[in-house]
Amino acid sequence: MFTLKPLAITAAVAALLGACAMNDTVVPTRGPNLGRTATPQELRAADISIPPSGAGLPAGGGDAKQGAQVYAAKCVACHGEKGAGKPADALAGGIGSLATPKPVRTVGSFWPYATTLFDYTRRAMPLQNPKSLTDDEVYAVCAYILYLNGIIAENAPMNAQTLPQVKMPNRDGFVDYSRK
Amino acid sequence: MDQPTRKPDAPLPAASAPAPNRRKFLTQGLTAAGAAVAGIALPARAAEPVGKEFPAWSTVIGKPLNGYGQPSRFEEPVKRYVASAYGTLAPGTGSARTPLEKLEGVITPNGLHYDRSHNGTPDIDPAQHRLLIHGLVKRPLTFSVAELSRYPMVSRICFLECAGNSSVNAISPEPPQGSAGLVHGLVSCADWTGIPLALLLDEAGVEPAGKWLLAEGADSAAMSRSVPLEKAYDDAMIALYQNGERLRPENGYPVRLLLPGWEGNMNVKWLRRLKVTEGPTHTKDETSKYTDPTADGTARQFTFVQGVKSLITRPSAGLTMNGAGLYEISGLAWSGAGRITRVEVSLDGGATWRDAALQGQALPKSLVRFRLPWDWNGQPAQLQSRAIDEKGNVQPTRKTYKAENAVDGRFHNNSIVTWSVGADGSVKNVYA
Repeated sequence: MFTLKPLAITAAVAALLGACAMNDTVVPTRGPNLGRTATPQELRAADISIPPSGAGLPAGGGDAKQGAQVYAAKCVACHGEKGAGKPADALAGGIGSLATPKPVRTVGSFWPYATTLFDYTRRAMPLQNPKSLTDDEVYAVCAYILYLNGIIAENAPMNAQTLPQVKMPNRDGFVDYSRK
Repeated sequence: MDQPTRKPDAPLPAASAPAPNRRKFLTQGLTAAGAAVAGIALPARAAEPVGKEFPAWSTVIGKPLNGYGQPSRFEEPVKRYVASAYGTLAPGTGSARTPLEKLEGVITPNGLHYDRSHNGTPDIDPAQHRLLIHGLVKRPLTFSVAELSRYPMVSRICFLECAGNSSVNAISPEPPQGSAGLVHGLVSCADWTGIPLALLLDEAGVEPAGKWLLAEGADSAAMSRSVPLEKAYDDAMIALYQNGERLRPENGYPVRLLLPGWEGNMNVKWLRRLKVTEGPTHTKDETSKYTDPTADGTARQFTFVQGVKSLITRPSAGLTMNGAGLYEISGLAWSGAGRITRVEVSLDGGATWRDAALQGQALPKSLVRFRLPWDWNGQPAQLQSRAIDEKGNVQPTRKTYKAENAVDGRFHNNSIVTWSVGADGSVKNVYA
């Protein structure tokens, strides 16, 4: 007994220390399990993010000619003629400029993935009326922006198969620091 | 004197009314006391009521009790600096910056916490808002705010800093002469309360293939960022409260992601969805923005931790030194990597350094207040502060920052700031 008692105290202290982490306060490790299982319909409606693999890209498609019309109606006021920019970001040009003293960063020169263009346009554009474009319109306007940058041909269709295969000029221009 | 019928919000005539004559009051008091001690008869009580010598606010009924307190109307100029990127075209796009030079301590009042929003502040009904956790999980879960509010919680004080803070000081050819808050005020600090994210992820059951999260906001920009799962299991929080009250709309009401020490943009506001994924989604704000381009044309990506940094808030650009004498140099230091262990101050543009005192406990990933008394001799001086954290990281010079970033590189600028004090007492921002 005499020798066990200090050991027991040590174990209790160790258990307390083990529970401490965030800001030296006790962090709860067990929740009341109140989440409801989400239905497939809920998941389909909510999941709009598109990774570089293209997983989750919707059906439909469009090309640059169709996209030019969408752009003229809904994009040109902020992004300028042919994606030249002003007042919002330039979307075209600058390819080859990144290592020069005057880098021009656009979708064409800087963005590493065409899937990001689809993802962002569909979720956030046009700024005054986001999430209002049809999937066909998003594909088409992405095709137009890629065409303005000389990355795809004017008649190249953009869809769930072709868009993830587009190799952006700056695809290999980023160094991953997430593990550094 | 003031009229007792004055409406509570009417301008006080007190601005022109006589100041309380405390000296006269004290003198009379002392005279009376002295007279009493000496055993001399006190003078006859004055015919005037004592109120005549008091300011208006001492002689009228004060304002009624109220349900939610506001700062004194005399503090009305203490406001965030609003910088909307596209003006009236998109008034909700841009930032509102904390007026650092007008505040003290380390906690930012909720109404002055910085706000960087990508398409305005959504007006979210908490009764309808849901948080969805799905992707590579055993059971996709949806939570109401009421359900989340029943979970065990944790509180921690930590800073948030936009990755674009101090960017104008990085790219402007001439040093910008805005106030400390205008140039560097995309940093704030609050006491956040919420649910450890690990707890919710465990309930959903993360599959072994899951390595990242995609976090998405319910705002019209649907702001989204990829977060490594390690951070989620380290100290990430689903925050519901800010300085004791529910989150402010500008700061993510009713639910936000809190990633202590990591760039503000990842602390997704108005959080609606967390998707467990194999790899990063490469969203717009982790590719075209918030990456760090270098002169060779490549860019560092996923630079999450806000670097060790400090800033003297008083004196600072735009403030005026009112003659030689004793001043207190007061400022803020922080590091996304942990605790601040030391802040040094230079009065000569970095030639020599002395230690400033750190106020109270230096909490990890929190703002820390530092102070140093300064007997200003009235001569020109160049004030700098340099912070060091527990990992041994030292705040870099602006030259070092510029060498490590492209000419237009402007994110994650944690470099030393220099305030130049002139013999006339003016304080200006300079590059040193």
